[in-house]
Amino acid sequence: MARELLKGNEAIAEAAIRAGLQAYFGYPITPQTELLEWMSKRMPELGRAFVQAESELAAINMVYGAACTGARVMTSSSSPGISLMMEGISYIIGTEVPAVLVDVMRGGPGLGNIAPAQSDYNQIVHGGGHGDYHLIVLAPASVQEAVDLTVLAFDLAEKYRTVAVVLLDGSLGQMMEPAELPPMRPVKTVYPEWAATGMMGKREKNILTSIYLNPPDEEQTNLRLLRRWQEVEANEIRFKEYFMDDARYVVVGFGSAGRVALSAVRAARAEGIPVGLLRPITLSPFPYAHIRKLAERVEGFLVVEMNAGQMLEDVRLAVSGQKPVEFYGRLGGVMPFPDEILAEIQRIASGGLTLEGHPRERWLQRMNGKN
Amino acid sequence: MVMEQILPEEIVYQRPEALADVNTHYCPGCTHGVAHRLIAEVIDEMGIRDRMVGVASVGCSVFAYNYFDFDWVQAPHGRAPAMATGIKRVLPDRFVVTYQGDGDMASIGMAEVVHAAARGENITVFFINNANYGMTGGQMAPTTLPGQRTTSSPSGRDVETAGYPIRAAELLATLEGASYVVRRSLHDPKNIRLAKKAIRTALEVQAQGLGFSMVEFLSTCPTNWGMTPVDALHWLEEHMIEYYPLGDFKVAPTVAQIRI
Repeated sequence: MARELLKGNEAIAEAAIRAGLQAYFGYPITPQTELLEWMSKRMPELGRAFVQAESELAAINMVYGAACTGARVMTSSSSPGISLMMEGISYIIGTEVPAVLVDVMRGGPGLGNIAPAQSDYNQIVHGGGHGDYHLIVLAPASVQEAVDLTVLAFDLAEKYRTVAVVLLDGSLGQMMEPAELPPMRPVKTVYPEWAATGMMGKREKNILTSIYLNPPDEEQTNLRLLRRWQEVEANEIRFKEYFMDDARYVVVGFGSAGRVALSAVRAARAEGIPVGLLRPITLSPFPYAHIRKLAERVEGFLVVEMNAGQMLEDVRLAVSGQKPVEFYGRLGGVMPFPDEILAEIQRIASGGLTLEGHPRERWLQRMNGKN
Repeated sequence: MVMEQILPEEIVYQRPEALADVNTHYCPGCTHGVAHRLIAEVIDEMGIRDRMVGVASVGCSVFAYNYFDFDWVQAPHGRAPAMATGIKRVLPDRFVVTYQGDGDMASIGMAEVVHAAARGENITVFFINNANYGMTGGQMAPTTLPGQRTTSSPSGRDVETAGYPIRAAELLATLEGASYVVRRSLHDPKNIRLAKKAIRTALEVQAQGLGFSMVEFLSTCPTNWGMTPVDALHWLEEHMIEYYPLGDFKVAPTVAQIRI
């Protein structure tokens, strides 16, 4: 194991290479471009495939083609580029081939800006491409976690023959931290039985497709995908908890927002406020059941995000009105400061919780004059 | 009923191994069947069926994978050259071909094919040009001729508002990365034989790693053209070849040496 000081984007690239990545296809977009640049140097020197595609559409479809061989393949992009990839993602899921996608989110909608945000949560977690499907979504909060989750993404994508996404914001992509890199794994030389690799004298032809003109066949395919998703839900939910044993209030945040919130939780603890932090690692599958159980014993929740409350809806669904849920978000590329979150925790601990109205409305009122 | 026994040495014509023994959904008189057969014959002759990976497109040829007997994947509309790129980069010793119609390749997938050609991607594109969108019911394509009536150009294609047809072979031939770009027609036996030779050359180009190859086939669409199969062949000969001249638009010096 090598410990190295790397930018988040570069660490993810190197982790993927060490996980046995055989082909990378991508298109430059800030703030993830260092990932592509790293690949452009490392992949050819290892004799592996790298193509800078003409567009995100082409990149994801190169991934799709390569994934049909059963090889370990990936692409990376940022918010507007991810929108363009949605078509291909739907096809990859429909064809049941494994691929890894990295989304280093920026401010939006539209061209937005290149500052860190968590604005793609809904698009990635709740779809964005057409059809009934789910993606496995992993949300790191440090460079080390980004490395570990990238390796995990390949394993999960292969295990369930689906797309696994590493979802992070631009600050994590640009941040330098030391990280332990995994050992180098060679690329595959044996391809799966289902793959389109040429029959090579070994089997009948394979057809990889996502079209089923007969509606009952399409329904069967959808049901198969959903049953496999049930397995993912049963086996792969991951989250981290901090100061939760005696917590009466719970802050919920993922990725960088969760990391900033941890500083605020520590500061609140120093003031004697019994607050803990839940940081979901898998945004999909989401830890609904765990949050539901927490709701039985705590007084309320504060969801912190770098968007206008997208994961908030999943937390509210899990809590199901049992306890109050509050929201604090910064968006459009503005990052929350720990003292802003601390102020929210203090407000909640001093009687600011209510079951009335929608947390987003209350948050919008409190945002007056903030920016 | 008397069963007549045919001795192996008497067989002069049979289904190529690379063509599956199934019925197709293509309309009567459509020349997709001719193109399929020619490609399958060449694959058999080259003995490369085991190393073939086909990329089917969206459109009438979406089910090409059912009719050929080798590995296939199915691409989103227009993206077949990108998928083929992905496959070829992982498995450079396999033969990767796309089979695309004009709506697929010359409209929504124009960027993908242009850039695959520009990269000199070592794949072969089979491009079926029948001057309309076949599967969706005969709408105007980028290849629809000026004045040609389709369901979305009911008064005939008006170049003032709908622009001019695109000559894909000529366009791709301008790219340095393209090694072999030709246009053939499937309307009569002589041209069908020439088309088969072009398929063979294109796959030889790929076998030797010489870069991007594309064979455009002028094809008929009797159903959407509203013609009998025979009239459709005549219409192709009389009208399409005038706008889409047959010939070789790019034969790189390296290819000229291996020309079949």
